Amino acid sequence: MLTKRQALLFFLIGTFLFSIIFIGLSFDTVRRGIPEKTHEENMTEAVVKGRVLWDKHNCMGCHTIMGEGAYYAPELTKVYQRRGPEFIKAVLMSEKPWAPRGRKMVAYGFSEEEANHMVEFLKWIGEADLNGFPPEPTFKKYLKN
Amino acid sequence: MKYKSQKVAYWFFALSMLLLVLQVTYGFIMGFAHMGYDGLHDVIPFNTAIAVHKNLLVVWILSGFMGAAYYIIPDEAETELCCPKLAYLQLIALAVVGVIAIVGFHFGWWEGRKFLEIPRELDYLVVIDVLLFLYIILVTLWKGKKRTTTALVLSGGLVGAALLYLPGMIWFDNHAYDSFFRWWVVHLWVEGVWELIMGGILAYLLIKLTGVDREVIEKWLYVIVGLTFLSGILGTGHHYYYTGTPEYWLVIGGIFSALEPLAFLGMALFAMVMYRKGEKRHPNKLALMWTLGAAIMSFLGAGMLGLAHTLPQVNLWTHGTLVTAMHGHLAFWGAYGMLVFAFIAYVMPNLTGRKRYFTKTGEYAFWIANVGMILMTSAFAAAGVQQVAMERIGGFDFMLVANELWYHFLVLIIAATIFTIGILMFMWEFIKYGMPTDSAMQSQEEFQPI
Repeated sequence: MLTKRQALLFFLIGTFLFSIIFIGLSFDTVRRGIPEKTHEENMTEAVVKGRVLWDKHNCMGCHTIMGEGAYYAPELTKVYQRRGPEFIKAVLMSEKPWAPRGRKMVAYGFSEEEANHMVEFLKWIGEADLNGFPPEPTFKKYLKN
Repeated sequence: MKYKSQKVAYWFFALSMLLLVLQVTYGFIMGFAHMGYDGLHDVIPFNTAIAVHKNLLVVWILSGFMGAAYYIIPDEAETELCCPKLAYLQLIALAVVGVIAIVGFHFGWWEGRKFLEIPRELDYLVVIDVLLFLYIILVTLWKGKKRTTTALVLSGGLVGAALLYLPGMIWFDNHAYDSFFRWWVVHLWVEGVWELIMGGILAYLLIKLTGVDREVIEKWLYVIVGLTFLSGILGTGHHYYYTGTPEYWLVIGGIFSALEPLAFLGMALFAMVMYRKGEKRHPNKLALMWTLGAAIMSFLGAGMLGLAHTLPQVNLWTHGTLVTAMHGHLAFWGAYGMLVFAFIAYVMPNLTGRKRYFTKTGEYAFWIANVGMILMTSAFAAAGVQQVAMERIGGFDFMLVANELWYHFLVLIIAATIFTIGILMFMWEFIKYGMPTDSAMQSQEEFQPI
């Protein structure tokens, strides 16, 4: 039968071993993985400024990006590819709450410059390799008919 | 209660209850907004409501954990808390920082990072507060006569939780790094060190409530926290499937997060087996109900409902949908909410000297709150599945689908009302106990033979 000492060893060895593996993989992800996957070389100053705006206005509090955030407003990972820059800028620069089909967004009234930064950020994130996310809707082809 | 200084725990629980009521209020605001009634949009837009809702959750649970630690550590170490006045100071600081953060969210003073919205300046205050808390706990443990496994596991979890707050305080220009390290905090908390805290509190409650030999309970405690880390550390990978990270996380996250329910299954079996094994019974039946309830509901909510969407093949479709909200609600309630309730139910007679071990209101509170939460989870599940089917698989526009989901949110609001009645009844019981008193120190806990 298992003794308390053996149980303690199981805990300590398991925790140590899996922590080491986790830290090793994290190291690789941080050093090589993320820069490659997100094309960090394309991360311009405008992209970073867009990211600051993203953080400042807690966009994740309603939207998702890379599938992360809240579920009140659309997924924005591919919004640049889906809607194009002009549409996004119109939404961000609107002085009145943008309310597609009734659901209100906060009216941020961005300046042209700010809106451009956000567009650059969304363009950059849309080009990242997210291992197939978001998936192409299976039944979308039938919708057109 | 054996030591005067344990009384400070009461105030942490009172703060906890108060914050929970506020959390639920903001939950209702969001539920109505989802249904289309967003009359508060100009004052409390959705992103404010959700930041408040999530941070209050974290703070009320942590306040509950802190209260539990201030009660358990003196008892286990067999000494008074090292510095009770500092403990009251720490309580006030926690409440003040919490209130400032919540008020700040209404004025856009935040960081747009799920669960970690507290702005950097306040983060430093959080760190100071937590260091003060750890100082009190660790010095008490150090000075005490005994250092039991239960106390060490609990303290280890608390130290781990403090350390893991730090990766969340680094700014990254690349959003993918921010996401990567955000999960170091959030995942390694809830599926890592918080489970250590949970295990420690659960072990303490089982020792007290079942009368099973401490050595047996603590042996299995090691096995359970061992299983937690064995699956939970690499299980972090289930957050790294689609967030700009390498493909190997799909395999590693998939395998290890599928093992995560084992730790919660262990927790549930642990509680059930010890309950059956016990040869005497503590008269505090309500505490026993909440304890066993927490062990079982955490397995269902955190374990099973997590497993339902953790495999990468499933998660590709459910990632970023209401399916996540389904899992989140029952997981937090079962694993951490109910555990705090269990602890409160256990300590109140000991703190106040009133042996109200089993009241009708207390019993109904348990059932009504749980039925309400299970219904809420079901409403989120239905909404989530419909969202996945229509938006992700069908390819319909987000808002077109969202407007179709209003009836699930109607069910959600009804369920949440039931849940709220349950927790208000629990709070009513809490208030009826009255204040903690030194005269409660004389009362001995009596067991009944089976």
